[in-house]
Amino acid sequence: MSVITLNDLLPGQCGRILALRGELRTVQRLMEMGLLEDETVELITVAPLGDPLEIRLRDYRLSLRREDAAGIEVQLLP
Amino acid sequence: MSLPPAPVKPHVVALLGNPNTGKTTLFNALSGLNHRVGNYPGVTVESRKGYTTCDGIPFEIVDLPGTYSLSPRSPDEMVAVDVILGQQPGESRPEVLVCIVDASNLERNLYLTSQALELGVPVVLALNMIDVAQSQGVRIDVEKLSQRLGIPVVAIQANKRKGLDELRRVIAQAVTAAPPSRTPNFPEPFRREVAALRSHLGELPEFLAQRLILDIGGYTEQRLKPRLNGIALQDIRGRLAAEGCAIPAIEARTRYLWIREALTGCVERPTERPLSWTDRLDKLLTHRVYGSLVFMVVMFVVFQSIFTAARPLMDLINSGKDAVGGWVAGLLPPGPFTSLLVEGVIDGVGAVVVFLPQILILFTFIAILEDCGYMARAAFLMDRLMSRAGLSGKSFIPLLSSMACAVPGIMSTRVIEDRRDRLATILVAPLMSCSARLPVYILLIGAFLTTNRPFWVPGLVMFAMYSLGLILAPLVAWALKRTLLRGETPVFVLEMPTYKWPSLRVVARRVFDSGWMFLYRAGSIILASMVLVWVLLNFPAGDYPQRVAAAQQAVEEAEDDTAKEAAEEEVFQLEAEWKRQSILGRVGLILEPVVRPLGWDWKIGVAALASFPAREVVVGTLGILYKKGKVDPGEIADADQEQLEKNPLVLALRDAKWDEDPTRPVYSIPTALSLMVFFALCCQCASTLAVMRRETGSWGWPLFAFVYMTLLAYLAALLVYQVGSLFFG
Repeated sequence: MSVITLNDLLPGQCGRILALRGELRTVQRLMEMGLLEDETVELITVAPLGDPLEIRLRDYRLSLRREDAAGIEVQLLP
Repeated sequence: MSLPPAPVKPHVVALLGNPNTGKTTLFNALSGLNHRVGNYPGVTVESRKGYTTCDGIPFEIVDLPGTYSLSPRSPDEMVAVDVILGQQPGESRPEVLVCIVDASNLERNLYLTSQALELGVPVVLALNMIDVAQSQGVRIDVEKLSQRLGIPVVAIQANKRKGLDELRRVIAQAVTAAPPSRTPNFPEPFRREVAALRSHLGELPEFLAQRLILDIGGYTEQRLKPRLNGIALQDIRGRLAAEGCAIPAIEARTRYLWIREALTGCVERPTERPLSWTDRLDKLLTHRVYGSLVFMVVMFVVFQSIFTAARPLMDLINSGKDAVGGWVAGLLPPGPFTSLLVEGVIDGVGAVVVFLPQILILFTFIAILEDCGYMARAAFLMDRLMSRAGLSGKSFIPLLSSMACAVPGIMSTRVIEDRRDRLATILVAPLMSCSARLPVYILLIGAFLTTNRPFWVPGLVMFAMYSLGLILAPLVAWALKRTLLRGETPVFVLEMPTYKWPSLRVVARRVFDSGWMFLYRAGSIILASMVLVWVLLNFPAGDYPQRVAAAQQAVEEAEDDTAKEAAEEEVFQLEAEWKRQSILGRVGLILEPVVRPLGWDWKIGVAALASFPAREVVVGTLGILYKKGKVDPGEIADADQEQLEKNPLVLALRDAKWDEDPTRPVYSIPTALSLMVFFALCCQCASTLAVMRRETGSWGWPLFAFVYMTLLAYLAALLVYQVGSLFFG
């Protein structure tokens, strides 16, 4: 099975974070916001122009861009 | 006589918190109206200080900028760390740190608190929005949480001012308390490296030593580079990675683990998350179709209100100003002093106050949209579009507002956290075609591009003028982000807060603050520039004041209409001569070779120079120079074509001939277009520059904006005239 990223989730789907890749400063910022390994995230919706994404994690909602979400590897949860 | 008691130096308490936690609401609730706003030197961060008493003891409250973490990447983000560590020049170190957190979103909010615990200052946790958490079924055991964290915890509702007495009491007690002893347990190898680094560098707070290791390329590293003396941070990070402490991940892992452990047993959440109002509203408001529609309607209402609802108030202010001016002029003997007072000072004050309606209306909307949580959705919807210009969705509303007026537009850029994005937005905001350009467009289009032309010409030209700003602003922003404001793009992370009813108190306070800020901080600069230009346009006065007065006397004493008309013409003639020999008039004559390639004569040049305080002034100055008396730009903006056809200034412009060739009209179509393009792109607006200076904290940026916009305007006008001349000969 190929690895999927947060970017590949469809609205309503949940995923468990496996790893964060990319530039370390970006990763640091995302981790500070609570995007850590083993956390569950749900893709709520996608902005009308296709970017950014709105996700739910740790009791709150966060919007981030596709290019940053593409560095977050997830395991699709049923 | 007894001496007054020596003033007690207040204790200093700092407020720290994530954005959207109600930090400013708490600040306002604690300090009331007793506060001072300034800028920290060298950065664009605002310093807000308030005064209050806790348990009868005077306190100074410092409102630190809202942030998600204390890992500074820029000088702006370093301010909070410097203030708390007592390293900010001119500021005393806080004796208590109040961390305000959103009770409905504790985990992420406590991340910042976990950093605050390590700064060596007593910490008090203010658990805000406890009501929202309860309504979501979240139950928090405050006492237990306080034990787990090892700091006092107070549940409050800042917007309803509940729990504040208790908070004050706890703050007063915390002054004498010891710094927190419980902090996240970083792994042993990390603590060892921090200790080693500190012993190498000496005199370095532990927190900064941590930051040196954790923030790769961060601001702490940049600032302390000279002190590192060959210590290679990469080596430290490499050693740590080998021991299983990958940098920077180790920090977030350690802190979030610690937070989760601390919260276990203190916080109960419902097992099944209920569908909240925010879920339902977001289904609609971020929906592909409906969300976009609602957004467009909201933006239309905001934009339309700034344009139209402000109008009657602005007219009222203008007529009030004229009434006061007339009253003063009637009261005092005519002379240079009276003219200075009426045309310089009173007109100047009027020019400042006239912006208030637009500012207050825009900020009412912004405050409501922000307080209820919609602002983040607006940024979400517009982000893709703005990212093409290197900006983010947060720049959209400031730029849209600038199409009504750049002054409130620039003031509203404060929602943009990233310094480079904010500066780029501020610098291009005045390119958007604001309402002050309207009189210029209408006058010139009405005079030269309407009569005997296809019906679509006026509309097309007007559209072209507005498009110019809409096209150039993103392009210039794009160019700035690649040159002057180049730098690493920060990650775009935007919290989508829970929707709530806007609080009247919060909105009123925000609107009041913005209006006051404008009057107080920008007003004096605008007024000074008005007076300066007035002086340059009226001095040396010679015997013109007396001659004009005598001629005006003749107008009043004229027995019939013919005599009256002749006398009036004499007045206008004298006024035009007077301006021509004034300092500005002479400069305009000298500068004629510079403006000639734009198709302008010296009169247009002088009018453009004199419009430095505000673009619409060009209309009034042209009126004087064309011997038609002072023309009111508001009247031109409201006039329909029929009225324009009879307007003396319109007729005079059509009649105007070059001084050296009285058969050739000055205003050809290319000249009219070049003048419009110049005013579409130039920065002839003292208010904009004054607000820019206030928002950026330096004269450098407004100066840069003025220079680049004037150059752009000149080149574009040159291009339009030269190319236009080929077609219209």
